[in-house]
Amino acid sequence: MRYLFPIIAFGLLIGVFIKGLDPERDLNALPSPFLGKDAPAFDLPKLKNPSERVSSSDYQGVVSLVNVWATWCVGCRQEHEFLKSLAQEESVPIYGINWRDRREDALEWLDVLGDPYIASGYDHDGRVGIDWGVYGAPETFLIGKDGTVLYKHLGPLDRVRWNQDFLPLIQEELENIK
Amino acid sequence: MKPRQQRMLAVGLVAIGIGIGVALTLTAFEENMMFFIDISDVNEGKYPANRNFRVGGLVVEGSVERETGALEIQFDLTDLNTELTVIYSGILPDLFREGQGIVAHGRLGTDGRFIADEVLAKHDEKYMPPEVAESLKQYRPAVAPETDMEAKQP
Amino acid sequence: MIPEIGHFALILALGLAICQSVLPLLGAHRGSTAMMAVARPAATAQFVFILIAFVCLTWAFLDSDFSVLYVANHSQLSLPTIYKISAVWGAHEGSLLLWVLLLSGWTILVCRYSRGLPAPFSSRVIGVLGILSLGFLLFTLLTSNPFERLIPAPADGSDLNPLLQDPGLAIHPPILYMGYVGFAVAFAFAIAAMISGNLDQKWARWTRPWTTAAWLFLTIGIALGSWWAYYELGWGGWWFWDPVENASFMPWLIGTALIHSLAVTEKRGLFKSWTLLLAISAFSLSLLGTFLVRSGILISVHAFAVDPERGLFILTFLSIVIGGALILYAWRAPGLDSEAGFKPLSRETFLLLNNVLLVIATILILGGTLAPLIVEVFTGEKISVGPPYFDLAFIIPMLPLVFLVGIGMHTAWGMQAPSKLAQLIKKPAIVAIVLGIALPFLIYGSSGALLVVGVVAGIWIMIMAAIQPIGYWRKNGTILSMPRGILGMSIAHFGVGMFVFGVVIVSSFSIEADRGLRPGETVNVAGYDFTLKSLDDIRGPNYTAIEGNFEVRKNGAFISDLRPQKRTYLVQQSPMTEAAIDAELERDIFVALGDPLGDGAWSVRLQYKPMIRLIWLGAFVMALGGIVATSDRRYRATGREH
Repeated sequence: MRYLFPIIAFGLLIGVFIKGLDPERDLNALPSPFLGKDAPAFDLPKLKNPSERVSSSDYQGVVSLVNVWATWCVGCRQEHEFLKSLAQEESVPIYGINWRDRREDALEWLDVLGDPYIASGYDHDGRVGIDWGVYGAPETFLIGKDGTVLYKHLGPLDRVRWNQDFLPLIQEELENIK
Repeated sequence: MKPRQQRMLAVGLVAIGIGIGVALTLTAFEENMMFFIDISDVNEGKYPANRNFRVGGLVVEGSVERETGALEIQFDLTDLNTELTVIYSGILPDLFREGQGIVAHGRLGTDGRFIADEVLAKHDEKYMPPEVAESLKQYRPAVAPETDMEAKQP
Repeated sequence: MIPEIGHFALILALGLAICQSVLPLLGAHRGSTAMMAVARPAATAQFVFILIAFVCLTWAFLDSDFSVLYVANHSQLSLPTIYKISAVWGAHEGSLLLWVLLLSGWTILVCRYSRGLPAPFSSRVIGVLGILSLGFLLFTLLTSNPFERLIPAPADGSDLNPLLQDPGLAIHPPILYMGYVGFAVAFAFAIAAMISGNLDQKWARWTRPWTTAAWLFLTIGIALGSWWAYYELGWGGWWFWDPVENASFMPWLIGTALIHSLAVTEKRGLFKSWTLLLAISAFSLSLLGTFLVRSGILISVHAFAVDPERGLFILTFLSIVIGGALILYAWRAPGLDSEAGFKPLSRETFLLLNNVLLVIATILILGGTLAPLIVEVFTGEKISVGPPYFDLAFIIPMLPLVFLVGIGMHTAWGMQAPSKLAQLIKKPAIVAIVLGIALPFLIYGSSGALLVVGVVAGIWIMIMAAIQPIGYWRKNGTILSMPRGILGMSIAHFGVGMFVFGVVIVSSFSIEADRGLRPGETVNVAGYDFTLKSLDDIRGPNYTAIEGNFEVRKNGAFISDLRPQKRTYLVQQSPMTEAAIDAELERDIFVALGDPLGDGAWSVRLQYKPMIRLIWLGAFVMALGGIVATSDRRYRATGREH
């Protein structure tokens, strides 16, 4: 019997670990707190033209993407090509929030790599990022016609995730409204 | 003493030793266990009295105050629902910044300010202490924090 | 192209790992010499391919090939070359590759030095190591491929975490992993013995040098980690009971117990099933540490970036390997234990006590480490357990142990005459007690009960450990011809004494002060005058910094110039504190810059740390003892015996 103690103790431990890894508890998965709720409003100076402003009212009534990016973030670089191809398809307008970045860096980035965004807001001090619950760049929000957050993606976006996670929601949203 | 008595004595001593050890360890565990309390709960009075606990949140922009040349510092922490003023005397971690998520250990003073004896920030700025993230997750949807934070700006 | 070669080499290594695990195990079972003969070539080839993969990744770093995602995330053009190399294992994916490389390295060492062992046994050992390698290669390829591409490549990378840009941390992980992974060998020996159902004293003799070798690497690795934490992030602390530290410390404690229990199994044929359990536990705790660190299940300052998928993979792997081993244990171990007992006053008793106390300490530390998780899973409350708990949970079982060590090493196997032992102990005990009471008063001018106990313990172990080598030297005029096993043991125990002494003095007499200082001002801390002469802006390869220029004097005599820095790394824009330390054997003076307080003043942490060097020096002496012990001729003979 005493030879069975180790395996029993280990079994109990594994049980705790499995519960601990439960995504419900997962402290790092960070589902967007306002999934299905209204996206926080924002109003920022435009990156390219600081005298104009870009705000959440710009995308009222349209299914759109809000992408949080920065030049210091490698993941943003990674998804950039995909965002450009998405922009070319013109299926959804993409709004950018340039987060905790320097304006000249960001402008150069768009200049060199191309600009997939309808407009980017310049969130230098990261205030809007806080409102939006941004934990790291890149993050991409799918906003419904009525301004609710339909989905949030953490990390670089690619075609696979897009087809798998975003497209069905967009379809559904368009049908629902009709 | 006969050998049997000797053995009994030895066993008895060992048992007493283990007993004291267990008691000490359990007490130490009880004393050093610190709960993480959401700021909103602290403000509603739901925190363990007379013992240390941990709070965590974002450092409110523009709230960091220190008298020139002094080590004492004061700042507000928010869980995006309510705020708590923290006072601390000592050296802050490298990644302590306004807007950054931090965790503080300490206790609540009689004036309602949190007296921290330790302030922790994550080593990696892309990373938020999970407890803070959790705490924020809970409260974010309830308010429009923008106005809340704006009010603090000078 | 190079990254693809690396990736491909890893896939080939995976294939070879399958050969290395399946064929030899099957061959040993069926008695097929041909199948068993696959073991060594497969292991060697696997090592070659993993090495190729590792070199490819290193090349990608040296070449700053930012089209590799891992490189782009953890390097940068202006990163100094040494850190480009250490960045290879600076984050999850690469450190996993290093882990696999070291496992494979240990395996070919086993291949080389196990030729004298019976073929079925060595085949099983290599086969089990193959299974472990297979698991980690799968983990790497499926969830953590370091060769993943990033196209188009960014112009520059996002830099290595500034904390890791430090020579101490460049070598800490490889050495620590050598220890972690080294316990896989003892684990494989245990599994092989259980499969064959045959565990004799020879088995223990084969296993001992491998265990000691892994243990000594782990000892150095932990000491380096502690030293790094001390000057790089600790603000002067040297041990924090952080989950990640505990994850490396628990295998060390069990490994220490295993070394001692193996001695009993080798010399007396006792404790067999217990030794097996320790061999399984030491490696299991290494795996558990990996899981805890990389799954994000516990909160820690050192934790790697987190991915639940990875957590699940390691957990599955962990369950298969450890669960399988423990089931095998429950099945096989009952047949192994002998009925023979032993006398109460004998070396066996002391080694048993050593084991019990070390295991108790491990369980208490494991409990404290996992308590936040367990409490949260069952109640939803978020708690943390403070260092004072761990201090006490460690000291309580260790306090009796440090006194028993001194007696245990002079006790004979089988039976010891009490009168002779008492005679041997008397003088050293008196000397230790007198010195323990007198020293703190004479040197530091104060004392306390716990302090005296600690100092007595440290001196006691050092004296007792020195008796045998000194006796041998007197008789023979040299200690070089002394049996290496005994010499190694004496050295290692002497290191324990140094460590205990250092810890006690540091914790009792350290002085620490946080002060606000303007250039030109002087403060006195612990009898030293610290003058902040100036604050200068300086520039490093990939950072800018503010450097404080301190002059330290004692009673007017110049001691040292110290230049602590507050760096800002350019790419990540992250601040870093670089402390400045004036180190002497008997004390450290430690200065670190805090924050600007306005008006030209800065907060500064000034510390005086007596005897702190003994903590790491003691650890290195322990490791040295391990080196000496593994060089014992007895073990080398196993290679040739047939």
